[in-house]
Amino acid sequence: MANGHQASGVAAHRLPPEEIATNFTDLHAPLAPHEAAVAADRCYFCYDAPCMTACPTSIDIPMFIREIQTGHPEAAARTILAQNILGGMCARVCPTETLCEEACVRETAEGSPVEIGRLQRYATDRLMASGVHPFTRADATGKTVAVVGAGPAGLACAHRLAMLGHDVTLFDAKPKAGGLNEYGIAAYKSTDDFAAQEVEWLLKIGGITVETGKALGAGLTLDALKADYDAVFLGIGLAGVNALCLAGEDMEGVRDAVEFIADLRQAGDRSAIAVGRNVVVIGGGMTAVDAAVQAKLLGAETVTIAYRRDREAMPASRYEQDLAASKGVRLMFNVMPRALIGEAEVEGVMLEYTDVVDGCVSGTGETLPLHADQVFKAIGQTLLGAPEGLEIAGGKIAVDAQGRTSVAGIWAGGDCASGGEDLTVTAVAEGRDAAMNIHEELTSC
Amino acid sequence: MADLTTEFLGITSPNPFWLASAPPTDKEYNVRRAYEAGWGGVVWKTLGSEGPPVVNVNGPRYGAIYGADRRLLGLNNIELITDRPLQTNLEEITRVKKDYPDRALIVSIMVPCDEESWKAILPLVEETGADGIELNFGCPHGMAERGMGSAVGQVPEYIQMVTEWCKKYYSKPVIVKLTPNITDIRNPARAAFAGNADAVSLINTINSITSVDLDLMAPQPTIDGKGTHGGYCGPAVKPIALNMVAEIARDPQTHGKPISAIGGVTTWRDAAEFMVMGAGNVQVCTAAMTYGFKVVQEMISGLSQWMDEKGYSSTADFIGQAVPNVTDWQHLNLNYIAKAKIDQDACIKCGRCYAACEDTSHQAIWMKEGRVFEVNDAECVACNLCVDVCPIENCISMEQMAPGAVDPRTGKVVPAEYANWTTHPNNPAAVAAE
Repeated sequence: MANGHQASGVAAHRLPPEEIATNFTDLHAPLAPHEAAVAADRCYFCYDAPCMTACPTSIDIPMFIREIQTGHPEAAARTILAQNILGGMCARVCPTETLCEEACVRETAEGSPVEIGRLQRYATDRLMASGVHPFTRADATGKTVAVVGAGPAGLACAHRLAMLGHDVTLFDAKPKAGGLNEYGIAAYKSTDDFAAQEVEWLLKIGGITVETGKALGAGLTLDALKADYDAVFLGIGLAGVNALCLAGEDMEGVRDAVEFIADLRQAGDRSAIAVGRNVVVIGGGMTAVDAAVQAKLLGAETVTIAYRRDREAMPASRYEQDLAASKGVRLMFNVMPRALIGEAEVEGVMLEYTDVVDGCVSGTGETLPLHADQVFKAIGQTLLGAPEGLEIAGGKIAVDAQGRTSVAGIWAGGDCASGGEDLTVTAVAEGRDAAMNIHEELTSC
Repeated sequence: MADLTTEFLGITSPNPFWLASAPPTDKEYNVRRAYEAGWGGVVWKTLGSEGPPVVNVNGPRYGAIYGADRRLLGLNNIELITDRPLQTNLEEITRVKKDYPDRALIVSIMVPCDEESWKAILPLVEETGADGIELNFGCPHGMAERGMGSAVGQVPEYIQMVTEWCKKYYSKPVIVKLTPNITDIRNPARAAFAGNADAVSLINTINSITSVDLDLMAPQPTIDGKGTHGGYCGPAVKPIALNMVAEIARDPQTHGKPISAIGGVTTWRDAAEFMVMGAGNVQVCTAAMTYGFKVVQEMISGLSQWMDEKGYSSTADFIGQAVPNVTDWQHLNLNYIAKAKIDQDACIKCGRCYAACEDTSHQAIWMKEGRVFEVNDAECVACNLCVDVCPIENCISMEQMAPGAVDPRTGKVVPAEYANWTTHPNNPAAVAAE
């Protein structure tokens, strides 16, 4: 017997397991072959296509769609993966509504873009299901590279380096490779253990040794890596979570959203994950939406996202906002947490309305108490454990356009590095481009 | 609502939409359903001589060409004439005509090319009470190998001879159905009318192989590893049919003669186009085979609405209206000068016009900062390719240059007067202007 929405406090098993299973199925069902043919037929094969320009990895989108159209989805997948080796995951998690699909001329023409994301998934799923890895390694160069962090940036960098003939050791602090793909994305966006399957498929290129449970400061030092390898790439992500800086943050029921999201991804039985009856998520990014939606899917009675600026300023796209609203999440704008209410266990959040003047947020003095037996913090992550000696810019490792840090022989990319949006797809681009630059450096006389 | 009643060869039908002789008109059951759905007339599937009927293949007899979303654009068939006994067909025709006196019912016939065969079947058909006959000189497969169908339609002398026999042994209108598998369609049409045919109908299907199975290395449809050419029809053949209808309509020898147009008629607009090009009515097959008999209801309402909008009270008001505007290339006005113009508000910036012009035409479109596409009048020859490849209707248009203006491409003033190739200085055979 499930506990139901109204069970007080933080409780597991609010919904029957079957309902939980249904709630966490694919957000977008995969396209069937005929659906893919119809969707592909809508592509105009634009000249110097705007979608391709909008893609951080510059996938030749009109070409891969044409390959689907002509009955060769595996060839389409090769076109995608040549630019973006994590094209399968990006097809699932990219905010296409603000990237390729926003740029699609059919969006301009009729407000309904070609379904590029779903077509990309169609192609990559087909190729991966066939068990084929479409790339082979170049002749061995004899060079070795250490890639620290097996998230999107590290995986893309490692794959490209291995393909170019270098030997790569890929380190990660966590027990599994994948980074945010494995631990940081809503479960309904990566069903059937896709992140792990993709890593396994990617490693088929060969030449990559994965060592998990190792991180800088936890078994690794930059000096040792520099000494042992010909080059080092850092894709260590943002391991720190911003605090609310309010009293009572250590109360029972106050958690980091990223931790909740990771638990959901790693859980064998999601219905065993405890969730509050009344949940408040503080923040306005994808992490906030992923946590809020999943809290609702687990059976929370009320879930509120409290964001301190207005709707337009919210980092989560309008599409993500509407997704949250469609699942019953209440979106509150222009409110910030003033105090956490409760003794040992959190009982509520005191919100204060805000004004934004010249980009600065300030309280209006009007407050609003919200019941909450669970509060998720999703106000951003920070760089943690960056090695000494590297120049930091804006809280991130400073890199140039090729991913070079201030120290020769060390490259960085993904969320931990300066520049770019913190998206899976930009991390892939940065890892790939750093690999190309490393290759150039290692093979030039 | 405009009255669609159409008279063709003295046969009145409530609308100009007839079902062509083909599988949809093979038997009483279908024809009754067609009339109930609203078809103005039916040409019964081709009858052969008395005796054991022909047999069809028992494997696939159709092949298709598709557009987006498996929209059927072209259909190919290797079916033969009716494979049911003559007597059965005649009895059914008699019953159906009796029950639907207000609808046209024409009987298609194909028998061997000798007078006795025609003399034998025509009285039997006459007894059914059907309104007329159509001579199947068109089928390009199967029957042609036996000296019938298109084998007759490709020899004008045979057409005239058989038509004369029919006029001799049959009292009602005789329509001669022509094959497009010929170099110049005017010759068989002239022959039909020389034999006193009341009308011609065209086009029958076009010789075709729709596709090849790349595993079996055989044409499709494939029967036990082999395939054969079939007859092609459907929306894809409409341009070919329109031209052939126009050729007959504007040929001085056949101008004004009744034509029943066939070939890819799918909507009211297709029908209107054939009729302004000189057809007295249209015959439809593939559209019905694709969508069912109900499709005629859109044709009826669409044609009627168009007639209301244009103020036509009867189909006779517009039949043949476009024929005077079909001319030879040499008579086109070379002093008519146009330039492409891109409506920047309508443009969605796909760049297809640019790719087409830059790669395959005249390098007359600029791609400017911010994906702004503009026409360079100094290079534009008004070829229309940009209009044709643009996915947005009316985004690119061809605008005529006013006489007196200077064409930036040639640096010459646009003349006000008409001038064509026959008098052009570059024409070695130019006739000096008087």
